[in-house]
Amino acid sequence: MLSEGAVKEINELTGKYANSRSVVMPALYVVQREYGYITEEGMREVANILGLRPIQVFEIATFYTMYNKKPVGKYHIQVCTNISCSLLGAEYIVDVLSKKLGIKVKETTPDKKFTLSAVECLGSCGTAPMMQINDNYYEDLTEEKIEEILKSFR
Amino acid sequence: MFEPIILKNINVPDSFKIETYLNNGGYQAFKKALKLNTDTIIQMVKDSGLRGRGGAGFSTGLKWSFIPKDPTIPKYLCCNADEGEPGTYKDRAIIEKDPHQLIEGMAIACYAIGAANAYIYIRGEFALGADRLEDAIREAYSKGYLGKNILGSNFSLNIYVHRGAGAYICGEETALLESLEGRRALPRIKPPFPAQVGLFGKPTVINNVETLACVPHIINRGASWFASIGPAKSPGPKLFGVSGHVNKPGLYELPMGTPLREIIYTYAGGIKGDRRLKAVIPGGVSAPMLIEKDLDTPMDFDSLAAKGTMLGSGAVVVMDERTCIVKAALIIHEFFHHESCGKCTPCREGLDWIVKVMRRVEHGEGKEGDIDLLLKLCGDVFGRTFCPLGDGAVMALRGAINNFKEEFEYHVKNKRCMVNGAGR
Ligand SMILES: Cc1cc2nc3c(=O)[nH]c(=O)nc-3n(C[C@H](O)[C@H](O)[C@H](O)COP(=O)(O)O)c2cc1C
Ligand code: SF4
Ligand code: FES
Repeated sequence: MLSEGAVKEINELTGKYANSRSVVMPALYVVQREYGYITEEGMREVANILGLRPIQVFEIATFYTMYNKKPVGKYHIQVCTNISCSLLGAEYIVDVLSKKLGIKVKETTPDKKFTLSAVECLGSCGTAPMMQINDNYYEDLTEEKIEEILKSFR
Repeated sequence: MFEPIILKNINVPDSFKIETYLNNGGYQAFKKALKLNTDTIIQMVKDSGLRGRGGAGFSTGLKWSFIPKDPTIPKYLCCNADEGEPGTYKDRAIIEKDPHQLIEGMAIACYAIGAANAYIYIRGEFALGADRLEDAIREAYSKGYLGKNILGSNFSLNIYVHRGAGAYICGEETALLESLEGRRALPRIKPPFPAQVGLFGKPTVINNVETLACVPHIINRGASWFASIGPAKSPGPKLFGVSGHVNKPGLYELPMGTPLREIIYTYAGGIKGDRRLKAVIPGGVSAPMLIEKDLDTPMDFDSLAAKGTMLGSGAVVVMDERTCIVKAALIIHEFFHHESCGKCTPCREGLDWIVKVMRRVEHGEGKEGDIDLLLKLCGDVFGRTFCPLGDGAVMALRGAINNFKEEFEYHVKNKRCMVNGAGR
């Protein structure tokens, strides 16, 4: 169940918009924060709070890629593999991470600490190659830099 | 050297705080605007020649003038901060480093069109940017630049931040509105245009971050000053984000119309390792690529359109001679394929067929006739899609094939790349 604070937060979000459906996107972020990912229970609670049909919440969760429909590791590593990063070796960055973590793209380490993803452009192309770990950007990556970054999370 | 306008505060310590902004003349334009007639402001923006920096290059003043004047109808401004066009990272710089410049531009725009509520639709991945904006908005309220009866006037304004959640199509303005209304981001049919029926069914202006950041400067320094920078039909300062195989990738603020060659060789320090340039994308991946002989093209809306490409977001992606164009084209096409919203058949199915053929060509499994097949498929998609995403995808691919047909054919015939490959 969502915490009391989370329910309150969702209710307060309705003040921002002329319709309660607009709250679904920010509310799903609340669900993701509370449960670690988007659970069916969480989606039904959002529908309930906002007076919507569950489908009106499900269809949003499934359309947008940042809502994790499955649990992810504590640190979600997302490497940009779009054009500017790829020109400067994004594939190599993915290989390095994959080797160091012992997992392939879309996989999570057995200790649930790291998930590795390849993603589209993250708007940091002038400092390519780059990756995002949870909310933070790591830019101008090299193998040594990755080593250091991973060490700080272990 | 061109004196930066939009980026002038970017390297000042604590540039994102309101005190820094105020110390550098911030919110003076808004104060000045509040004393002007709204029609005067719209006319100034028209006269400045400012054209939308989100890609389409539509006159900003004209767009504002389409909003009905009836004060009883609620109106909205939406700032498009979805910045997802691969190669582009200019709006993020404004948001993270100088959010008040954007807020001031929005406040002036809202005053001019009579909007009492505005949203900044920021792409979900920009967590720092969203925080910076929330903080800046809070500061602006506390100093009386937002809220009720701003600076003693009868103008009131609320600005809200809405975070996207990972979907490139939200950058298309009508899809952005759908998303803000809590639905899947599927583009809307036009007409009706957002100026009549926009957010929550009300008249709405949608403007890009960089467009809005130009507005305070136009009010401060005048329309003719702005119009005197760069080409007459496409004036003003422009942010060029250079990436790829250059010595000094980065964001450069230059007059509109600066030749592509100068951007790459003078500002971005030329190609790494003194290698030769092979191709350059002038305005984000939707813009067809150019080659060496095109380097003297002035970087403005009209000159690039005349070359069959576009200024788009001003994102310059440079590829050196070792780059495999087939692979680059596949990466770009995979992106569009992934981001197609699925609403219309030509884009949903067409991009899917194209990606299948492209993959086999790239992976050495191409068949004779595949390149012609790709061009045929492009023709089946082009001009038949609901929104410009589908057209952009095939224009980008056609640009690659037309300039480098030999290389595509080589892949099919020899089952491998013509070049030994860059990418490290
Ligand atoms: C597929 C697609 C993606 C777009 N992405 C963006 C974007 O990320 N940011 C943006 O400002 N405009 C984007 N646009 C352009 C917008 O639809 C719209 O023209 C623009 O926000 C208007 O603002 P402006 O007049 O200030 O440029 C996109 C258009 C399309 C078709
Ligand atoms: S062209 Fe593509 S992105 Fe645009 S509406 Fe059609 S399917 Fe969606
Ligand atoms: S291409 Fe990697 S951040 Fe833009």
